[in-house]
Amino acid sequence: MIIRELCEMVSGRIVCGESRREESVEYAFASDLMSDVLTVRNGNFLMITGLANIQSVRTAEMSDVPFMLLCRNKKATEQMIEVAQENKLLIVESPYSMFRCVGILYNAGLKPLF
Amino acid sequence: MLSEFKIEGGDFTRAGYASSQIKKILKNLNVSPDVVKRVVVALYEAEVNIVAHAFKGVIVADISNSGIKLVLEDEGPGIPDIGMAMTKGYSTASQTVREMGFGAGMGLPNIKDNADRFEIVSEVGKGTRLSIEIDFL
Repeated sequence: MIIRELCEMVSGRIVCGESRREESVEYAFASDLMSDVLTVRNGNFLMITGLANIQSVRTAEMSDVPFMLLCRNKKATEQMIEVAQENKLLIVESPYSMFRCVGILYNAGLKPLF
Repeated sequence: MLSEFKIEGGDFTRAGYASSQIKKILKNLNVSPDVVKRVVVALYEAEVNIVAHAFKGVIVADISNSGIKLVLEDEGPGIPDIGMAMTKGYSTASQTVREMGFGAGMGLPNIKDNADRFEIVSEVGKGTRLSIEIDFL
């Protein structure tokens, strides 16, 4: 799934990493618990979370996650964007709930990790 | 190569800085991405633990050609029951820590899973010392 198309599906807005919008992603993992994200060995997935603080971006950095979807209308902070830019992380903000984002993206073919 | 980082308890804005620096060093040394991820995931969990539970701590990373040894020593409340602390799902984290996305009781077991050798020693009222070794080969 192309990130640009994914954004349209969740009424999302890219706030960081715009240059990666034509890249594609096959898998996703949704959690507000960063320790859960850190147990995932594979790194190439879309991280869906409602946790809008520096630790979600640090978790993406440590996990080699390339794309993050912030749901529930949460906004990335300046510090988050700064660290995300350092790590070439793309962040999308969506006004939809996590349940709605996950449902839309699952139906559109994005796969679960397990 | 030795690197040292001082960690302040409660300072979540800085939590992960040391892990980020170690990741940059390992990538520059062309360590395989799978190994780098194991190192930084284990280190990040341990770094967050110091921020979440201790007053302050020190991380010492010793990188050689064959691997990395991380020693994390903190001054803090210590762990009364290490067996319980190693149980998945067990946590004593505060509400503040949980709001930062941690405190699910997954940290220590995940550190152990990612390490080739792992040791934890703790004294109640004094602090905790973690030793994490990961081979590059």
